[in-house]
Amino acid sequence: MSISVDASKCNGCTLCVKSCATNAIEVKDKLATIVLENCTMCGACVSACRFKAISIDIDKQPVENLDQYKEVWVFGEQREGKVAPVVYELINVGRDLAKARNTKLAVVILGSDLTAAVNDLASYPVDKVYVYEAPELATYDAERYCRVLTDVMRAHKPEIVLAGATTTGRSFMSGVAINLYTGLTADCTGLEIGEDGLLHQTRPAYGGNIMATILCKYTRPQMATVRHKVFPTSPKRCEGEAEIVRLEPKPTLFSSRSSFVEFVETVGEKVNLVDADIIVSGGRGLGAPEGFAVIRELADELNAAVGSSRAAVDAGWIPYAHQVGQTGKTVCPKLYIACGISGAVQHQVGMKSSDVIIAINKDPNAPIFDIATYGFVGDLYEVVPALTKKIRTMRGAPAETCVV
Amino acid sequence: MPGTTEVKINPETNTLVREGVETQINPFDLYALEEAVRTKERMTEAGDPSTVTVISMGPPQAEDALREAISLGADDAILLSDRAFAGSDTWCTSYILAMALRKLEPDLVFCGMQAIDGDTGQVGPGIAVHNDMAQVAYVAEIKSLDAKKMVAKRLIEEGYETVELKLPVLLTVVKEINEPRTPSLRGKMAAKKAEIVRWGIADLGCPEDKCGLLGSPTQVIKVMTPPCREGGEKYEGEAAEIVDKLFDTLKCLEVV
Repeated sequence: MSISVDASKCNGCTLCVKSCATNAIEVKDKLATIVLENCTMCGACVSACRFKAISIDIDKQPVENLDQYKEVWVFGEQREGKVAPVVYELINVGRDLAKARNTKLAVVILGSDLTAAVNDLASYPVDKVYVYEAPELATYDAERYCRVLTDVMRAHKPEIVLAGATTTGRSFMSGVAINLYTGLTADCTGLEIGEDGLLHQTRPAYGGNIMATILCKYTRPQMATVRHKVFPTSPKRCEGEAEIVRLEPKPTLFSSRSSFVEFVETVGEKVNLVDADIIVSGGRGLGAPEGFAVIRELADELNAAVGSSRAAVDAGWIPYAHQVGQTGKTVCPKLYIACGISGAVQHQVGMKSSDVIIAINKDPNAPIFDIATYGFVGDLYEVVPALTKKIRTMRGAPAETCVV
Repeated sequence: MPGTTEVKINPETNTLVREGVETQINPFDLYALEEAVRTKERMTEAGDPSTVTVISMGPPQAEDALREAISLGADDAILLSDRAFAGSDTWCTSYILAMALRKLEPDLVFCGMQAIDGDTGQVGPGIAVHNDMAQVAYVAEIKSLDAKKMVAKRLIEEGYETVELKLPVLLTVVKEINEPRTPSLRGKMAAKKAEIVRWGIADLGCPEDKCGLLGSPTQVIKVMTPPCREGGEKYEGEAAEIVDKLFDTLKCLEVV
């Protein structure tokens, strides 16, 4: 493994120096020199160089025949029999990947009492549903889930495995990849089969400031967790049916050092933040915790979730679960309405991939306007309640909205 | 209870904006460190003294972050630094950290929920699997802790899940768990004087083909800067006009 600079191609332009996050490149006498001590071999300079002067070589070969791995799998995350919305998005992108690889698309589901969930999944365009049912899997257990899925994947050898980048997917898929000594790319926002037949996985890094494309060349399966709401939900199937493959539970895999105590659903939230199509968010501009009543009324009217900036959470106006941004959640709804949020970079990181952003802020120079699709300069306390009222009035007058 | 508590700190530096930026503790790890220090303080008060050791994998500059951790209440710091670690993906990073933990055998390993640069959230849970220990991710509260078990409340999409775990446990924590302290004068003095232990590949006994770029199942093949999102129209005017315009916009977007 080595990184090298081709002196005949390098003209000392310093593009690579700017691309390096770890201060590992110096230009001396118009030639880039790698400071090996600082270099993390991230590859940023390799793609930054316009003259293809920098290369990283790895001397590596697969340890087994990779052609024995077939099928694209989607992890069918569920809680109490209810399938997570991201699964239907994974089926959609998985369908394309399976087609490009000329292989089958399967969903694998673990749990207990799964009949309804399995029927539901089978109504989507998947070729197979692998069902692993056991009472011990009734609730999520990181250790058990990890051990069971590792075992199933060893036996069936899928080529590609996708899971939602949810708290569940992100916490146990890592262990599966560790057990199988294969790659797992987190939080992908782009997935496609390249000309090389490999899964090209693209993900944001450094808070979305850069996009990295990642390959898992020498091991299988190629695994990825995928951000919610990046891919559209799959339509239901129009023809054929899915083969249901029941997997034999192996009780020896069920030992665990953790046990489930309880699950308490957050009360008063009609819509969960990450799955919401619309989010209405409030920030420092609300001035007081009571401000969220105004936000919530609009959110309820739009069937939206309530979000918040860090400032409002730190002020104690709303629980952390609502925080959007670098130290909170990353969301990508169809519509994000930011009320009284100035839009610091740390907040933007968590919401700038929303399809449409509407910003309402008193300060015409607030940075949120730099990224808002529609900006409205005004006092949110004058604007938001009046807007909610206007929507209610319209809905109260069916003649305008309803033709029947 | 033998008392060592571990805190992992993100291996890489944390930002593309380099000028004047020191290598700092990844913000998520501050909550992990704070929780570790509070746990130590509670245990010490209960007559069971313990220590907090901070571990980070990274280039030599990461020493600054480790000193900062000491100023915030950690007792010892270990930097895992070796040329052979460069290019480690999450598989190798968690492996190298796990190998270091095998030498220390802690009861509790605290990690931030994710790093700020790679933000994969995979390294913590990966360490637990490498070392075959109990794990719990996204912890918002430690409800109870004794010599044998911990009850932790984790923050998930739809609410809170409570689980009981047998020690040793690796946990990743969310911001909600605490409010990190600022360094005390005594802490700052300790940080200045502290000796940062440095472990390389030979100290950990890691085979070279399981570390760095060579051992990593994934490789970055392309890095690009996404196009900036640009602002659109901006409306100013009387509140009533703004409301009308907003309403029309929502109508166009077919949300009302």
